[in-house]
Amino acid sequence: MNAVSTSVEPVIRMDRVALASMQDQNSVVVEDVTWTVQPGDYWVVAGLQGSGKTDFLMLTGGLMGPVRGDYFFYGQEMPIFEDSRLHERLRLGLVFESAQLFNHLTVSENIALPLRYHKNLTAGDAVAPVQAMLDATELGQWADSTPGALGRNWQRRVGLARALMLKPEILLLDNPLAGLDFRHLTWWLSFLSDLCHGHPLVDNRPLTLVTTTADLRPWKGYGREFAILKNRRFIVLGSWGQLEAARDELVRELLTTELSSA
Amino acid sequence: MPLPRNLTHYVGRKLFRFLLTIQGLGAFALITLGVVLTKTRVARHVVWPATFREISRAGLRLLPMFLFMSAALGLLVIGQSVSWLTRVGAINYLGTIMVLVVVRELGPLLTALLVLARIGTANVVELGTARATGEVEALEALGIDPVHYLVVPRVIGLAFGIFSLTVYLILGALISGYLWAFLQDVPLRPSDYFHQLAGSLSGLDFALLALKTIGFGFIIAVVTCYHGLAQPLRVEEVSLATVRAVAQSIIACVLLDALFIIIYLAT
Repeated sequence: MNAVSTSVEPVIRMDRVALASMQDQNSVVVEDVTWTVQPGDYWVVAGLQGSGKTDFLMLTGGLMGPVRGDYFFYGQEMPIFEDSRLHERLRLGLVFESAQLFNHLTVSENIALPLRYHKNLTAGDAVAPVQAMLDATELGQWADSTPGALGRNWQRRVGLARALMLKPEILLLDNPLAGLDFRHLTWWLSFLSDLCHGHPLVDNRPLTLVTTTADLRPWKGYGREFAILKNRRFIVLGSWGQLEAARDELVRELLTTELSSA
Repeated sequence: MPLPRNLTHYVGRKLFRFLLTIQGLGAFALITLGVVLTKTRVARHVVWPATFREISRAGLRLLPMFLFMSAALGLLVIGQSVSWLTRVGAINYLGTIMVLVVVRELGPLLTALLVLARIGTANVVELGTARATGEVEALEALGIDPVHYLVVPRVIGLAFGIFSLTVYLILGALISGYLWAFLQDVPLRPSDYFHQLAGSLSGLDFALLALKTIGFGFIIAVVTCYHGLAQPLRVEEVSLATVRAVAQSIIACVLLDALFIIIYLAT
Protein backbone atom coordinates (compact mmCIF):
# COMPACT_ATOMS: atom_id res chain seq x y z
CA MET A 1 0.00 0.00 0.00
CA ASN A 2 0.97 3.62 0.24
CA ALA A 3 4.52 4.57 1.15
CA VAL A 4 5.55 0.95 1.72
CA SER A 5 8.96 0.26 0.26
CA THR A 6 8.94 -2.99 -1.71
CA SER A 7 11.10 -4.43 -4.44
CA VAL A 8 8.11 -4.38 -6.83
CA GLU A 9 8.05 -1.36 -9.10
CA PRO A 10 5.05 0.76 -8.21
CA VAL A 11 2.39 1.21 -10.87
CA ILE A 12 1.98 4.87 -10.02
CA ARG A 13 4.28 7.14 -8.10
CA MET A 14 3.41 10.79 -7.63
CA ASP A 15 5.63 13.17 -5.74
CA ARG A 16 4.23 16.57 -4.70
CA VAL A 17 2.14 16.76 -7.86
CA ALA A 18 -0.09 19.76 -8.56
CA LEU A 19 -2.70 19.38 -11.26
CA ALA A 20 -4.75 21.80 -13.31
CA SER A 21 -8.28 21.59 -14.62
CA MET A 22 -8.71 19.92 -18.02
CA GLN A 23 -10.82 22.90 -19.11
CA ASP A 24 -8.44 25.58 -17.87
CA GLN A 25 -4.79 24.67 -17.65
CA ASN A 26 -4.08 27.82 -15.63
CA SER A 27 -6.32 26.85 -12.76
CA VAL A 28 -4.75 24.46 -10.21
CA VAL A 29 -7.43 22.20 -8.70
CA VAL A 30 -5.42 19.79 -6.52
CA GLU A 31 -1.97 20.34 -4.99
CA ASP A 32 0.71 18.36 -3.27
CA VAL A 33 -0.35 14.84 -4.26
CA THR A 34 2.11 12.29 -2.97
CA TRP A 35 0.79 8.85 -3.75
CA THR A 36 2.00 5.36 -4.57
CA VAL A 37 -0.06 2.60 -6.15
CA GLN A 38 1.27 -0.94 -6.06
CA PRO A 39 0.25 -3.74 -8.46
CA GLY A 40 -3.03 -5.33 -7.35
CA ASP A 41 -4.21 -2.31 -5.32
CA TYR A 42 -7.87 -1.32 -5.39
CA TRP A 43 -8.04 2.39 -4.65
CA VAL A 44 -11.21 4.38 -4.11
CA VAL A 45 -10.73 8.16 -4.23
CA ALA A 46 -13.73 10.05 -2.88
CA GLY A 47 -14.71 13.67 -3.18
CA LEU A 48 -17.64 15.97 -3.69
CA GLN A 49 -18.56 17.32 -7.09
CA GLY A 50 -16.05 20.02 -8.07
CA SER A 51 -13.31 18.60 -5.86
CA GLY A 52 -11.21 17.71 -8.93
CA LYS A 53 -11.90 13.96 -9.09
CA THR A 54 -12.17 13.87 -12.87
CA ASP A 55 -9.14 16.11 -13.39
CA PHE A 56 -7.19 13.93 -10.95
CA LEU A 57 -8.11 10.84 -12.97
CA MET A 58 -7.33 12.54 -16.31
CA LEU A 59 -3.88 13.39 -14.97
CA THR A 60 -3.41 9.84 -13.70
CA GLY A 61 -4.56 8.57 -17.10
CA GLY A 62 -1.90 10.67 -18.80
CA LEU A 63 -4.23 12.97 -20.70
CA MET A 64 -2.43 15.98 -19.24
CA GLY A 65 0.78 16.60 -17.40
CA PRO A 66 1.25 17.85 -13.85
CA VAL A 67 1.69 21.57 -13.29
CA ARG A 68 4.34 20.82 -10.67
CA GLY A 69 5.91 17.71 -9.22
CA ASP A 70 6.81 14.32 -10.68
CA TYR A 71 4.51 11.58 -11.88
CA PHE A 72 5.93 8.19 -12.85
CA PHE A 73 3.92 5.36 -14.36
CA TYR A 74 5.79 2.06 -14.16
CA GLY A 75 8.92 4.17 -13.81
CA GLN A 76 8.16 6.19 -16.96
CA GLU A 77 7.60 9.92 -16.68
CA MET A 78 4.03 10.88 -17.50
CA PRO A 79 2.38 12.14 -19.62
CA ILE A 80 3.39 9.91 -22.51
CA PHE A 81 2.53 11.35 -25.90
CA GLU A 82 5.37 9.95 -28.01
CA ASP A 83 4.51 7.04 -30.31
CA SER A 84 7.71 5.26 -29.24
CA ARG A 85 6.51 5.00 -25.61
CA LEU A 86 2.83 4.51 -26.42
CA HIS A 87 2.88 0.82 -25.49
CA GLU A 88 3.74 1.86 -21.91
CA ARG A 89 0.70 4.12 -21.68
CA LEU A 90 -1.55 1.40 -23.09
CA ARG A 91 -0.90 -0.61 -19.92
CA LEU A 92 -3.51 1.76 -18.51
CA GLY A 93 -7.24 1.82 -19.32
CA LEU A 94 -9.59 4.70 -18.63
CA VAL A 95 -13.38 4.61 -18.17
CA PHE A 96 -15.11 8.00 -18.33
CA GLU A 97 -18.11 8.91 -16.19
CA SER A 98 -20.16 9.93 -19.23
CA ALA A 99 -18.71 7.01 -21.23
CA GLN A 100 -17.62 9.35 -24.05
CA LEU A 101 -18.40 6.81 -26.74
CA PHE A 102 -17.90 7.47 -30.43
CA ASN A 103 -21.42 8.40 -31.47
CA HIS A 104 -20.99 7.62 -35.17
CA LEU A 105 -19.99 4.00 -34.41
CA THR A 106 -22.15 1.14 -33.16
CA VAL A 107 -21.52 -0.46 -29.77
CA SER A 108 -19.50 -3.32 -31.27
CA GLU A 109 -17.52 -0.90 -33.46
CA ASN A 110 -16.80 1.24 -30.38
CA ILE A 111 -15.50 -1.80 -28.54
CA ALA A 112 -13.51 -3.05 -31.53
CA LEU A 113 -11.85 0.27 -32.40
CA PRO A 114 -8.86 0.25 -29.99
CA LEU A 115 -8.05 -3.36 -30.83
CA ARG A 116 -8.41 -2.83 -34.58
CA TYR A 117 -6.36 0.37 -34.51
CA HIS A 118 -3.43 -0.94 -32.46
CA LYS A 119 -3.33 -4.47 -33.92
CA ASN A 120 -4.27 -3.34 -37.44
CA LEU A 121 -7.18 -5.79 -37.68
CA THR A 122 -9.98 -5.87 -40.22
CA ALA A 123 -13.54 -5.74 -38.90
CA GLY A 124 -13.80 -9.50 -39.53
CA ASP A 125 -10.66 -10.26 -37.53
CA ALA A 126 -12.03 -8.43 -34.49
CA VAL A 127 -15.38 -10.25 -34.37
CA ALA A 128 -14.36 -13.03 -31.97
CA PRO A 129 -12.70 -10.87 -29.26
CA VAL A 130 -15.49 -8.31 -29.50
CA GLN A 131 -18.13 -11.02 -29.11
CA ALA A 132 -16.33 -12.36 -26.03
CA MET A 133 -16.34 -8.86 -24.53
CA LEU A 134 -20.01 -8.32 -25.41
CA ASP A 135 -20.91 -11.60 -23.73
CA ALA A 136 -18.88 -10.85 -20.59
CA THR A 137 -20.42 -7.40 -20.22
CA GLU A 138 -23.95 -8.51 -21.24
CA LEU A 139 -24.01 -5.99 -24.07
CA GLY A 140 -24.91 -8.45 -26.84
CA GLN A 141 -28.42 -7.06 -27.31
CA TRP A 142 -26.99 -3.60 -28.04
CA ALA A 143 -24.17 -4.70 -30.37
CA ASP A 144 -25.56 -3.03 -33.48
CA SER A 145 -27.08 0.03 -31.80
CA THR A 146 -25.43 3.42 -31.77
CA PRO A 147 -24.69 4.90 -28.33
CA GLY A 148 -27.56 7.39 -28.62
CA ALA A 149 -30.04 4.49 -28.44
CA LEU A 150 -28.65 3.27 -25.09
CA GLY A 151 -29.45 4.38 -21.57
CA ARG A 152 -26.67 5.94 -19.51
CA ASN A 153 -26.16 2.77 -17.46
CA TRP A 154 -25.47 0.72 -20.57
CA GLN A 155 -23.35 3.42 -22.20
CA ARG A 156 -20.97 3.38 -19.25
CA ARG A 157 -20.72 -0.39 -19.54
CA VAL A 158 -19.72 0.02 -23.21
CA GLY A 159 -17.04 2.45 -22.01
CA LEU A 160 -15.75 -0.24 -19.65
CA ALA A 161 -15.76 -2.89 -22.39
CA ARG A 162 -13.89 -0.54 -24.74
CA ALA A 163 -11.24 0.20 -22.10
CA LEU A 164 -10.71 -3.53 -21.43
CA MET A 165 -10.18 -4.49 -25.08
CA LEU A 166 -6.45 -3.76 -24.93
CA LYS A 167 -6.13 -5.85 -21.74
CA PRO A 168 -4.69 -3.09 -19.53
CA GLU A 169 -2.84 -3.79 -16.30
CA ILE A 170 -4.40 -0.88 -14.46
CA LEU A 171 -7.91 0.45 -14.90
CA LEU A 172 -8.96 3.97 -13.93
CA LEU A 173 -12.70 4.55 -13.51
CA ASP A 174 -14.29 7.96 -13.13
CA ASN A 175 -17.23 7.74 -10.72
CA PRO A 176 -18.46 4.47 -12.26
CA LEU A 177 -21.40 3.97 -9.88
CA ALA A 178 -22.93 7.45 -10.27
CA GLY A 179 -26.61 7.30 -11.15
CA LEU A 180 -26.77 3.51 -11.60
CA ASP A 181 -29.84 1.51 -10.68
CA PHE A 182 -29.39 -1.25 -8.10
CA ARG A 183 -29.01 -4.06 -10.63
CA HIS A 184 -26.27 -2.24 -12.57
CA LEU A 185 -24.60 -1.18 -9.33
CA THR A 186 -24.25 -4.73 -8.04
CA TRP A 187 -23.09 -5.89 -11.47
CA TRP A 188 -20.33 -3.26 -11.53
CA LEU A 189 -19.10 -4.00 -8.02
CA SER A 190 -19.03 -7.71 -8.68
CA PHE A 191 -17.38 -7.32 -12.09
CA LEU A 192 -14.71 -4.95 -10.75
CA SER A 193 -14.03 -7.39 -7.95
CA ASP A 194 -13.58 -10.17 -10.53
CA LEU A 195 -11.21 -7.97 -12.52
CA CYS A 196 -9.21 -7.21 -9.40
CA HIS A 197 -8.79 -10.92 -8.69
CA GLY A 198 -8.10 -11.84 -12.33
CA HIS A 199 -10.68 -12.25 -15.08
CA PRO A 200 -10.36 -14.33 -18.29
CA LEU A 201 -10.95 -11.12 -20.27
CA VAL A 202 -7.61 -9.80 -19.03
CA ASP A 203 -5.83 -13.17 -19.18
CA ASN A 204 -6.63 -13.89 -15.51
CA ARG A 205 -4.09 -11.31 -14.37
CA PRO A 206 -5.15 -9.34 -11.27
CA LEU A 207 -5.99 -5.85 -12.44
CA THR A 208 -4.95 -2.78 -10.43
CA LEU A 209 -7.98 -0.53 -9.96
CA VAL A 210 -8.30 3.17 -9.19
CA THR A 211 -11.80 4.55 -9.04
CA THR A 212 -13.27 7.87 -8.00
CA THR A 213 -16.60 8.24 -6.24
CA ALA A 214 -18.92 10.78 -4.64
CA ASP A 215 -20.41 8.16 -2.31
CA LEU A 216 -18.27 5.84 -0.22
CA ARG A 217 -21.02 3.51 1.03
CA PRO A 218 -21.19 1.01 -1.88
CA TRP A 219 -17.44 0.36 -1.72
CA LYS A 220 -17.47 -1.34 1.68
CA GLY A 221 -16.06 -4.82 1.20
CA TYR A 222 -14.83 -3.97 -2.32
CA GLY A 223 -12.29 -1.12 -2.26
CA ARG A 224 -9.13 -1.87 -0.29
CA GLU A 225 -7.39 1.52 -0.12
CA PHE A 226 -9.18 4.80 0.31
CA ALA A 227 -8.32 8.47 -0.16
CA ILE A 228 -10.27 11.71 -0.35
CA LEU A 229 -9.95 14.93 -2.29
CA LYS A 230 -10.74 17.88 -0.06
CA ASN A 231 -9.84 21.56 -0.11
CA ARG A 232 -7.45 21.02 -3.05
CA ARG A 233 -5.60 18.32 -1.10
CA PHE A 234 -5.27 14.57 -1.68
CA ILE A 235 -5.51 12.79 1.68
CA VAL A 236 -4.73 9.07 1.99
CA LEU A 237 -6.99 7.42 4.60
CA GLY A 238 -6.00 3.76 4.38
CA SER A 239 -8.29 0.73 4.72
CA TRP A 240 -12.06 0.70 5.24
CA GLY A 241 -11.50 0.32 8.99
CA GLN A 242 -9.28 3.41 9.05
CA LEU A 243 -11.83 5.22 6.92
CA GLU A 244 -14.64 4.48 9.38
CA ALA A 245 -12.45 5.56 12.25
CA ALA A 246 -11.52 8.84 10.56
CA ARG A 247 -12.92 11.94 12.21
CA ASP A 248 -12.92 13.88 8.95
CA GLU A 249 -16.18 15.71 8.32
CA LEU A 250 -16.20 14.96 4.60
CA VAL A 251 -15.69 11.24 5.21
CA ARG A 252 -18.65 11.24 7.62
CA GLU A 253 -20.69 13.05 4.95
CA LEU A 254 -19.73 10.59 2.22
CA LEU A 255 -20.68 7.70 4.50
CA THR A 256 -24.02 9.21 5.49
CA THR A 257 -26.95 6.87 5.09
CA GLU A 258 -29.81 9.22 5.91
CA LEU A 259 -30.47 12.65 4.49
CA SER A 260 -31.58 14.01 7.87
CA SER A 261 -28.28 13.15 9.51
CA ALA A 262 -26.24 15.00 6.89
CA MET B 1 -5.69 63.13 -34.66
CA PRO B 2 -5.04 59.92 -32.69
CA LEU B 3 -7.56 57.09 -32.93
CA PRO B 4 -9.93 56.68 -29.96
CA ARG B 5 -8.53 54.28 -27.35
CA ASN B 6 -11.49 51.87 -27.72
CA LEU B 7 -10.97 51.63 -31.45
CA THR B 8 -7.25 50.89 -31.17
CA HIS B 9 -8.00 48.20 -28.58
CA TYR B 10 -10.65 46.71 -30.86
CA VAL B 11 -8.38 46.70 -33.92
CA GLY B 12 -5.48 45.38 -31.83
CA ARG B 13 -7.58 42.52 -30.46
CA LYS B 14 -8.81 41.60 -33.93
CA LEU B 15 -5.31 41.73 -35.37
CA PHE B 16 -3.90 39.66 -32.51
CA ARG B 17 -6.66 37.06 -32.91
CA PHE B 18 -6.06 36.97 -36.67
CA LEU B 19 -2.34 36.32 -36.17
CA LEU B 20 -3.05 33.62 -33.59
CA THR B 21 -5.45 31.94 -36.02
CA ILE B 22 -2.84 32.02 -38.79
CA GLN B 23 -0.29 30.52 -36.40
CA GLY B 24 -2.73 27.84 -35.21
CA LEU B 25 -3.83 26.93 -38.73
CA GLY B 26 -0.23 26.79 -39.96
CA ALA B 27 0.84 24.53 -37.10
CA PHE B 28 -2.21 22.29 -37.55
CA ALA B 29 -1.57 22.05 -41.32
CA LEU B 30 2.06 21.03 -40.72
CA ILE B 31 1.09 18.45 -38.08
CA THR B 32 -1.54 17.02 -40.43
CA LEU B 33 0.92 16.86 -43.31
CA GLY B 34 3.45 15.15 -41.04
CA VAL B 35 0.91 12.53 -39.96
CA VAL B 36 -0.24 11.95 -43.57
CA LEU B 37 3.35 11.28 -44.61
CA THR B 38 4.59 9.29 -41.62
CA LYS B 39 1.60 7.12 -40.73
CA THR B 40 0.58 5.75 -44.11
CA ARG B 41 1.00 2.16 -42.92
CA VAL B 42 -0.23 2.59 -39.33
CA ALA B 43 -3.64 0.99 -38.65
CA ARG B 44 -4.39 0.88 -42.35
CA HIS B 45 -7.29 -1.54 -41.86
CA VAL B 46 -8.99 1.21 -39.88
CA VAL B 47 -7.82 4.43 -41.51
CA TRP B 48 -8.01 3.37 -45.16
CA PRO B 49 -11.66 2.27 -45.03
CA ALA B 50 -12.40 5.56 -43.25
CA THR B 51 -10.56 7.37 -46.06
CA PHE B 52 -12.58 5.58 -48.74
CA ARG B 53 -15.76 6.54 -46.89
CA GLU B 54 -14.65 10.17 -46.92
CA ILE B 55 -13.80 10.04 -50.63
CA SER B 56 -17.27 8.64 -51.26
CA ARG B 57 -18.85 11.30 -49.04
CA ALA B 58 -16.94 14.27 -50.46
CA GLY B 59 -16.93 12.99 -54.05
CA LEU B 60 -19.14 10.21 -55.30
CA ARG B 61 -22.28 11.11 -53.35
CA LEU B 62 -22.15 14.72 -54.54
CA LEU B 63 -22.07 13.70 -58.19
CA PRO B 64 -25.83 14.18 -58.90
CA MET B 65 -25.66 17.75 -57.60
CA PHE B 66 -22.59 18.39 -59.70
CA LEU B 67 -24.21 17.05 -62.87
CA PHE B 68 -27.00 19.56 -62.34
CA MET B 69 -24.46 22.33 -61.61
CA SER B 70 -22.44 21.47 -64.71
CA ALA B 71 -25.55 21.84 -66.89
CA ALA B 72 -26.31 25.15 -65.21
CA LEU B 73 -22.72 26.39 -65.55
CA GLY B 74 -22.65 25.57 -69.27
CA LEU B 75 -25.90 27.51 -69.78
CA LEU B 76 -24.63 30.40 -67.67
CA VAL B 77 -21.41 30.93 -69.58
CA ILE B 78 -22.73 30.16 -73.06
CA GLY B 79 -26.04 31.96 -72.51
CA GLN B 80 -24.21 35.16 -71.57
CA SER B 81 -21.41 34.99 -74.11
CA VAL B 82 -23.00 33.64 -77.33
CA SER B 83 -25.04 36.73 -78.21
CA TRP B 84 -22.05 39.07 -77.62
CA LEU B 85 -19.59 36.88 -79.50
CA THR B 86 -22.02 36.61 -82.44
CA ARG B 87 -22.47 40.39 -82.49
CA VAL B 88 -18.74 41.05 -82.68
CA GLY B 89 -18.14 38.11 -85.01
CA ALA B 90 -15.94 36.26 -82.55
CA ILE B 91 -17.86 33.01 -82.21
CA ASN B 92 -14.58 31.18 -82.87
CA TYR B 93 -13.56 32.15 -79.33
CA LEU B 94 -16.38 30.18 -77.69
CA GLY B 95 -14.05 27.31 -76.78
CA THR B 96 -11.41 29.73 -75.52
CA ILE B 97 -13.92 31.43 -73.24
CA MET B 98 -15.05 28.08 -71.89
CA VAL B 99 -11.46 27.17 -71.08
CA LEU B 100 -10.69 30.54 -69.49
CA VAL B 101 -13.83 30.75 -67.43
CA VAL B 102 -14.78 27.16 -66.66
CA VAL B 103 -11.53 25.20 -66.68
CA ARG B 104 -9.24 27.75 -65.10
CA GLU B 105 -11.50 29.65 -62.73
CA LEU B 106 -15.15 28.87 -62.12
CA GLY B 107 -14.89 25.08 -62.25
CA PRO B 108 -12.36 24.62 -59.41
CA LEU B 109 -13.58 27.50 -57.25
CA LEU B 110 -17.27 26.67 -57.58
CA THR B 111 -16.54 23.03 -56.77
CA ALA B 112 -14.55 24.00 -53.70
CA LEU B 113 -17.30 26.31 -52.43
CA LEU B 114 -20.05 23.72 -53.01
CA VAL B 115 -18.05 20.98 -51.28
CA LEU B 116 -17.30 23.38 -48.44
CA ALA B 117 -21.02 24.03 -48.04
CA ARG B 118 -21.97 20.36 -48.16
CA ILE B 119 -19.05 18.60 -46.44
CA GLY B 120 -16.86 21.26 -44.81
CA THR B 121 -19.66 22.49 -42.59
CA ALA B 122 -20.58 18.91 -41.65
CA ASN B 123 -16.91 18.36 -40.70
CA VAL B 124 -16.91 21.24 -38.22
CA VAL B 125 -20.20 20.16 -36.68
CA GLU B 126 -19.15 16.49 -36.39
CA LEU B 127 -15.68 17.17 -35.04
CA GLY B 128 -16.82 20.08 -32.87
CA THR B 129 -19.48 17.90 -31.28
CA ALA B 130 -16.97 15.07 -30.85
CA ARG B 131 -14.61 17.52 -29.16
CA ALA B 132 -17.33 19.01 -26.97
CA THR B 133 -18.63 15.61 -25.83
CA GLY B 134 -15.17 14.30 -24.96
CA GLU B 135 -14.75 11.81 -27.83
CA VAL B 136 -11.34 13.28 -28.59
CA GLU B 137 -10.15 12.68 -25.01
CA ALA B 138 -11.50 9.13 -25.33
CA LEU B 139 -9.41 8.61 -28.48
CA GLU B 140 -6.32 9.96 -26.72
CA ALA B 141 -6.98 7.74 -23.71
CA LEU B 142 -7.05 4.75 -26.08
CA GLY B 143 -3.75 5.82 -27.64
CA ILE B 144 -5.43 6.67 -30.96
CA ASP B 145 -4.05 9.81 -32.60
CA PRO B 146 -7.13 12.02 -33.32
CA VAL B 147 -5.34 13.68 -36.25
CA HIS B 148 -4.60 10.29 -37.79
CA TYR B 149 -8.04 8.80 -37.18
CA LEU B 150 -10.26 11.86 -37.74
CA VAL B 151 -8.35 14.40 -39.85
CA VAL B 152 -6.24 12.38 -42.29
CA PRO B 153 -9.24 10.59 -43.92
CA ARG B 154 -10.99 13.95 -44.31
CA VAL B 155 -7.95 15.63 -45.87
CA ILE B 156 -7.49 12.86 -48.42
CA GLY B 157 -11.26 12.57 -49.00
CA LEU B 158 -11.68 16.28 -49.65
CA ALA B 159 -8.57 16.54 -51.84
CA PHE B 160 -9.65 13.59 -54.01
CA GLY B 161 -13.30 14.63 -53.89
CA ILE B 162 -12.73 18.21 -55.04
CA PHE B 163 -10.27 17.14 -57.73
CA SER B 164 -12.65 14.51 -59.16
CA LEU B 165 -15.76 16.66 -58.91
CA THR B 166 -13.97 19.56 -60.62
CA VAL B 167 -13.08 17.28 -63.52
CA TYR B 168 -16.70 16.10 -63.80
CA LEU B 169 -18.03 19.64 -63.45
CA ILE B 170 -15.71 20.92 -66.19
CA LEU B 171 -16.49 18.04 -68.56
CA GLY B 172 -20.23 18.45 -67.91
CA ALA B 173 -20.08 22.22 -68.40
CA LEU B 174 -18.12 21.91 -71.66
CA ILE B 175 -20.62 19.39 -73.04
CA SER B 176 -23.69 21.26 -71.82
CA GLY B 177 -22.16 24.52 -73.11
CA TYR B 178 -22.05 23.09 -76.61
CA LEU B 179 -25.62 21.83 -76.30
CA TRP B 180 -26.85 25.27 -75.20
CA ALA B 181 -24.94 26.88 -78.10
CA PHE B 182 -26.47 24.32 -80.48
CA LEU B 183 -29.95 25.17 -79.16
CA GLN B 184 -29.22 28.86 -79.84
CA ASP B 185 -28.45 28.01 -83.48
CA VAL B 186 -24.78 28.88 -83.24
CA PRO B 187 -23.15 27.61 -86.44
CA LEU B 188 -20.43 25.58 -84.74
CA ARG B 189 -19.59 21.96 -85.49
CA PRO B 190 -18.60 19.69 -82.57
CA SER B 191 -15.17 19.12 -84.14
CA ASP B 192 -14.54 22.89 -84.39
CA TYR B 193 -15.64 23.36 -80.78
CA PHE B 194 -13.33 20.54 -79.71
CA HIS B 195 -10.44 22.06 -81.62
CA GLN B 196 -11.07 25.44 -80.01
CA LEU B 197 -10.98 23.80 -76.60
CA ALA B 198 -7.88 21.78 -77.36
CA GLY B 199 -6.14 24.83 -78.82
CA SER B 200 -6.79 26.87 -75.69
CA LEU B 201 -5.61 24.19 -73.29
CA SER B 202 -1.99 23.54 -72.47
CA GLY B 203 -0.26 20.88 -70.40
CA LEU B 204 0.18 23.44 -67.66
CA ASP B 205 -3.61 23.77 -67.35
CA PHE B 206 -3.91 20.12 -66.37
CA ALA B 207 -1.06 20.30 -63.87
CA LEU B 208 -2.29 23.52 -62.27
CA LEU B 209 -5.87 22.23 -62.17
CA ALA B 210 -4.75 19.19 -60.20
CA LEU B 211 -2.58 21.25 -57.86
CA LYS B 212 -5.24 23.86 -57.31
CA THR B 213 -8.07 21.45 -56.57
CA ILE B 214 -5.93 19.32 -54.23
CA GLY B 215 -4.87 22.58 -52.57
CA PHE B 216 -8.52 23.61 -52.11
CA GLY B 217 -9.31 20.21 -50.60
CA PHE B 218 -6.37 20.43 -48.20
CA ILE B 219 -7.30 23.98 -47.16
CA ILE B 220 -10.96 23.17 -46.53
CA ALA B 221 -10.10 20.00 -44.61
CA VAL B 222 -7.44 21.69 -42.47
CA VAL B 223 -9.51 24.80 -41.69
CA THR B 224 -12.72 22.91 -40.88
CA CYS B 225 -10.93 20.22 -38.85
CA TYR B 226 -8.89 22.87 -37.02
CA HIS B 227 -12.00 24.72 -35.92
CA GLY B 228 -13.78 21.52 -34.95
CA LEU B 229 -10.95 19.73 -33.28
CA ALA B 230 -7.88 21.71 -32.38
CA GLN B 231 -9.24 23.78 -29.52
CA PRO B 232 -11.38 23.03 -26.47
CA LEU B 233 -14.99 23.59 -27.46
CA ARG B 234 -18.34 23.59 -25.70
CA VAL B 235 -21.46 22.40 -27.50
CA GLU B 236 -22.89 25.93 -27.69
CA GLU B 237 -19.71 27.11 -29.45
CA VAL B 238 -20.00 24.64 -32.34
CA SER B 239 -22.21 26.90 -34.48
CA LEU B 240 -19.81 29.84 -34.05
CA ALA B 241 -16.88 27.58 -34.93
CA THR B 242 -18.74 26.52 -38.10
CA VAL B 243 -19.32 30.13 -39.17
CA ARG B 244 -15.64 30.96 -38.56
CA ALA B 245 -14.44 27.90 -40.43
CA VAL B 246 -16.61 28.64 -43.48
CA ALA B 247 -15.49 32.28 -43.65
CA GLN B 248 -11.81 31.38 -43.28
CA SER B 249 -12.05 28.52 -45.78
CA ILE B 250 -13.55 30.84 -48.40
CA ILE B 251 -10.89 33.49 -47.82
CA ALA B 252 -8.07 30.93 -47.93
CA CYS B 253 -9.43 29.31 -51.12
CA VAL B 254 -9.79 32.70 -52.84
CA LEU B 255 -6.23 33.62 -51.82
CA LEU B 256 -4.93 30.34 -53.25
CA ASP B 257 -6.92 31.02 -56.41
CA ALA B 258 -5.34 34.48 -56.65
CA LEU B 259 -1.92 32.86 -56.34
CA PHE B 260 -2.72 30.61 -59.28
CA ILE B 261 -3.92 33.60 -61.35
CA ILE B 262 -0.48 35.11 -60.82
CA ILE B 263 1.11 31.86 -62.01
CA TYR B 264 -1.16 31.81 -65.09
CA LEU B 265 -0.33 35.43 -65.91
CA ALA B 266 3.37 34.85 -65.38
CA THR B 267 3.49 31.91 -67.80
